[in-house]
Amino acid sequence: MIATLRRVWACLRELTGDDAYERYLAHWRLQHAAKGGVPLDRAAFVREEQQRKWEGVRRCC
Amino acid sequence: MTSTTARRLPRPLSMIGWSAVIALGTFALAAIALNRGESIDAMWFIVAAVCVYALGYRFYSAFLAAKVLALDPTRATPSERFSDGRDFMPTNRWIVFGHHFAAIAGPGPLIGPTLAAQFGYLPGTLWILIGAVLGGCVQDFVALFCSIRRDGRSLGQMARDELGPIGGAVALIGVMAIMIILIAVLGLVVVNAMRNSPWATSTVAATIPIAVLIGLFMRHLRPGRVLEGTAIGVVLLLAAVFGGGWIDDHPTLRSWFDYDAPALALMVMLYGFAAAVLPVWLLLAPRDYLSTFMKIGTIVALAIAIVILNPQVQMPALTQFIDGTGPIFGGNVFPFVFITIACGAISGFHSLIASGTTPKLLANERDARFIGYGAMAMESFVAVMAMVAACVLEPGVYFAINSPAGVVGAQAADAVATISSWGYPVTVERMETLASEMGETTLFARTGGAPSLAVGMASIFSSAFGNTLLSVWYHFAIMFEALFILTTVDAGTRVARFMLQDLLGNVVPALGRTSWYPSVLICSALVVAGWGYFLYFGTIDPLGGINSLWPLFGIANQMLAAIALCVATTVLVKSGRARFAWVTGLPLVWLVTVTSVAAWEKLFSPDLRVGFLSHANDLAAQLASGSMTDAAAAQAPRLIFNDRLDAALTLFFLVTVWVLIVETVRICHAALSGRRCPPLAETPHVPTRLVEAER
Repeated sequence: MIATLRRVWACLRELTGDDAYERYLAHWRLQHAAKGGVPLDRAAFVREEQQRKWEGVRRCC
Repeated sequence: MTSTTARRLPRPLSMIGWSAVIALGTFALAAIALNRGESIDAMWFIVAAVCVYALGYRFYSAFLAAKVLALDPTRATPSERFSDGRDFMPTNRWIVFGHHFAAIAGPGPLIGPTLAAQFGYLPGTLWILIGAVLGGCVQDFVALFCSIRRDGRSLGQMARDELGPIGGAVALIGVMAIMIILIAVLGLVVVNAMRNSPWATSTVAATIPIAVLIGLFMRHLRPGRVLEGTAIGVVLLLAAVFGGGWIDDHPTLRSWFDYDAPALALMVMLYGFAAAVLPVWLLLAPRDYLSTFMKIGTIVALAIAIVILNPQVQMPALTQFIDGTGPIFGGNVFPFVFITIACGAISGFHSLIASGTTPKLLANERDARFIGYGAMAMESFVAVMAMVAACVLEPGVYFAINSPAGVVGAQAADAVATISSWGYPVTVERMETLASEMGETTLFARTGGAPSLAVGMASIFSSAFGNTLLSVWYHFAIMFEALFILTTVDAGTRVARFMLQDLLGNVVPALGRTSWYPSVLICSALVVAGWGYFLYFGTIDPLGGINSLWPLFGIANQMLAAIALCVATTVLVKSGRARFAWVTGLPLVWLVTVTSVAAWEKLFSPDLRVGFLSHANDLAAQLASGSMTDAAAAQAPRLIFNDRLDAALTLFFLVTVWVLIVETVRICHAALSGRRCPPLAETPHVPTRLVEAER
């Protein structure tokens, strides 16, 4: 039961983009950490992401 | 749902199961089509729709996936090859489905069926079901497939690659044009819902500061906490619905929010401009979160309410207006039902989404079937529910709300007399009671579909969740429609601005710099002026504006679908699958026929309510003979100009489609006869390395 709720919650977070930063961090650790440097912090990531997200057609009629 | 679940059943059992679905679907469709009684259970619509989608998905989309497109699960998708943790990201298929559905389903599938209900429920319902399963779902699926095989390229780029520069240019201009018309007509829908309604206006106005508040919250207090922000926003929105009722009762406050349609049109234009030039985090993004959440929530609630409640559909299967004399918009059932209902049956706009963000998320090519075909079936289901919500109203009430004053008369007594004389009895008292129940001063001539859908939804909700608070449900429904219509206005204006900057950048390079503020201001103003013009003149048009704008929107949207299907057909032919080209070719032929006939009628029909030119000439003749009142004579020159502009636009759409068709035929012919043509732009096969964990 708890496990199911946990999965639903995780799914909801992913669906809404609530966990976008966590996923970015995971991706960064996997792909870019080896080259050194630091990942964006949460606020900077959100700033960049929102701007980028609305450059194209996102919503339909 | 998937082929794997089907395989789990032993073959005979599966066959028995699907035979039962076929039998049930046939029975439900027959019940809908053959009903000539007083009313019919809404349940039949739901059963018929679900069976049709299930069969279409299980068999037709499986055929498309296996034979026509030959989806290849071993092929790496763009999300895997270009994985950057942002744009390109292999994502769980259910999550992609959610994103894709939220992106494609807007106000269109709610409004089109509501307007098309003037023909009776049958033509619209059949077109929604058949159009989706054989047309719309196929278009979305194939567009998605083509984009996946081309590194996630957009429709415009694919048109250029596959059809050459003419195809590419046509696609770009088509997208711009549809954007302008779409925003104008949606703006008009919102304006008509808010016209002289302090409750609706104040609630819709409140959504702006609420969005800004959430924007600030998610920017500064809790960056990126979407769920927290959305939860707060939803609570505030509900409070705004109740607060609007309080404002409506307050003698001074209500006058602050009481405006006529032209004034509201100017406000919507101002708002659209602000939304396009302000940073996205402040208004656009938070509004979109709220709107998406409300959209999904309300659609689910509506589905549950219809299933629990099983309301009676009171509209007849066919009305006398199939002969083209309908009050809501003029024109015969053929071709106008196919133009009026675009979203929900086949919507060209979807091909932009299916070739935009979605193909960059798919983890496996095989998922294109579930997401492309499945999400469109779901949107089509929303359209069926909108049709049900419109048809549960008494037909007299439905026509009283949706008919413009220019057709049925401005006085309540005239309107009810006209509508009753058609055989749809309604009284002034009935309309007054209904209006006061909904917390409005009047419901006559609230064209655009939003108010009648809100009345339908309010009746369904209030009887499902307690028979009180009708007025709150009504304004909740209005707020919800306005919320995501305004989101489309914002997002559309912004996208059109980028396109215009891109286009003008070829002439004046400085204007092409998307971050240069003067360019942002100039191009946003140009875009807003473009749709604002049509919106403003829609509000002063005595025939209600929707009458001329909605068919234009339908034609534009179907034209975009024709572009997508041209690209898809060319791809099929060039990749050696010409024997399957009918899969996209037949919907294309149908759309081109429908669009061309509709455009022709809008141009040259002698019927004043259909033909733009005959209407313009009629006004000009009246003006010349001096038979008009002074007020009408003052307005006439602008209306005449407007009619001619609409005619020019229609002609432009018509020519555009035919140029593209000729190009498509030329390229396909060249490909088949082995002559020179742009080569197939498909990226080579790269094997996938993703381990399928979540399947």
